[in-house]
Amino acid sequence: MTQETATQKKSNPIVPFLRLPEKYPDEPAYLWGVLCKQCGAKFLGARTACGQCASTGPFEETRFGDEGEIYVFSIVYQTVPGLEAPYVAAIVDLDDGVSVRANVYGLDPTKPSPDWFGKRVKLFTEKVRVDREGNDIVAAKFRVVN
Amino acid sequence: MRDVAIVGANMLKFGRYPDKDVVTLASEAAIAALKDAGCAMKDVEIVVSGNLYQSNAMIGQRIMKEIGATGVPVINVANACATGSTAFREAWMSVASGAYDVALAIGSEQMGKMGLLGGDAASREYSTEGVMGTGLMPGVFGQAGVEHMRKYGTTQEQFAKVAVKNHKHSVNNPYAQYQIETPLEDVLNARPIAWPNTLYMCCPTGDGAAAAVLMSADKARQFTSKPIWVAASVLTSDPYTPRNPVMFDINTLTRNASKEAYEKAGIGPRDLSMVELHDCFATAELLHYENLGLCGDGEAGRMIDEGETYVGGRIPVNASGGLLSKGHPLGATGVANIVEIAWHLRGEAGARQVEGAKAGLAHVIGLGSACTIHILKK
Repeated sequence: MTQETATQKKSNPIVPFLRLPEKYPDEPAYLWGVLCKQCGAKFLGARTACGQCASTGPFEETRFGDEGEIYVFSIVYQTVPGLEAPYVAAIVDLDDGVSVRANVYGLDPTKPSPDWFGKRVKLFTEKVRVDREGNDIVAAKFRVVN
Repeated sequence: MRDVAIVGANMLKFGRYPDKDVVTLASEAAIAALKDAGCAMKDVEIVVSGNLYQSNAMIGQRIMKEIGATGVPVINVANACATGSTAFREAWMSVASGAYDVALAIGSEQMGKMGLLGGDAASREYSTEGVMGTGLMPGVFGQAGVEHMRKYGTTQEQFAKVAVKNHKHSVNNPYAQYQIETPLEDVLNARPIAWPNTLYMCCPTGDGAAAAVLMSADKARQFTSKPIWVAASVLTSDPYTPRNPVMFDINTLTRNASKEAYEKAGIGPRDLSMVELHDCFATAELLHYENLGLCGDGEAGRMIDEGETYVGGRIPVNASGGLLSKGHPLGATGVANIVEIAWHLRGEAGARQVEGAKAGLAHVIGLGSACTIHILKK
């Protein structure tokens, strides 16, 4: 691979509400969304209008913090070919007031427990795949913090 | 709105029909329902067809071409797993509004052996499945059950008891895709699909069709001495709740629908003789006991422990075997639930008959989400 083609390739977030560092590689990736200034509802990513109060704005773009806790989870054993299973598929409530679907690492999938409710988790990003054009696809994941 | 009666109701045994196409299945069910009603295509003034996977294929008109293309209006409906029940509701609305006197509702689906995961959506490069949580139904309904565990301490064993019950009920239902009893130990030891749901706690995919003939009161009296009345027909969508749709909220829209349905029918949950509810996964059934007001919040675990929802219990739930055993050909399911209740109210449900059934509730939920509730009375 020549230097030239390598520089053309990009890291793409797997979802629009994940923002990856662009100019400064050391900058942390983060989840972003909007806050409805009318009713206070928070959403991942951009909105046309508010799903709670139906107002068309104004919206304030919000950078969500990278910590939260597990609300609920399932452990998925049967899934699409090519995925590593089982995986802990959780709903994570971010401290900043929005929820996100997440794979959570640092838990033993063979020992699901009520202790997992409310467990503190922190966001990290990981390349999960390469797309047809050779770009890295990066996902937001969470790991348990103690 | 006018009173509407179900005059004809029928379904095919759910299962796998690799040698037939979906139009044939739907046509067979429609003809069976017309025969049950004692009427013919020439009497039908409007047709509503529910089919999900071929929602762009004009299944309703193709059925008409097969069984009698009379030129009457045909509506094709898609509404996730609530497709069939939404088709039924459109037929009900057609008659209740006074616009038509006789409507035919048909639900059909041919899923073959596509498996639990459906389609190939998750194979796309930018699919988040398995890297950012899950959107696959087993996991989604797993999480819904786990939320109940979190709130009330419900156990996997209590959810598993739902599968034990429904599979036991299915033994008496010749229309069920599977008629196999599964003791609790077998359910718990079955292959895990998405915890807490094991294989026997997940509904199968399959093929099937069901149909109903609806008539105005005057018209119904010409055809039957045993009309089954639609006391309430309700459709809701999921209102805003903070975690929806990251985590599909299957509870709020069901609660809204049941409240409205009881008000419209003028009866409460204690007046019901039986319920057919949307047990796509065993976890869902316990949640809906509470959502439908069959017990108080947090009491669903106790309710299944005490066997209250068995046939012969306080309020039989899924006497048909439910989706878990009867099967869940998506577009057919909602009509089939109504057919099942109608049969019980007429006293024609054979070995699984709920004795003295006077009123029944059919509940369906389609994720995304849509919820229908129909309350039927003798």
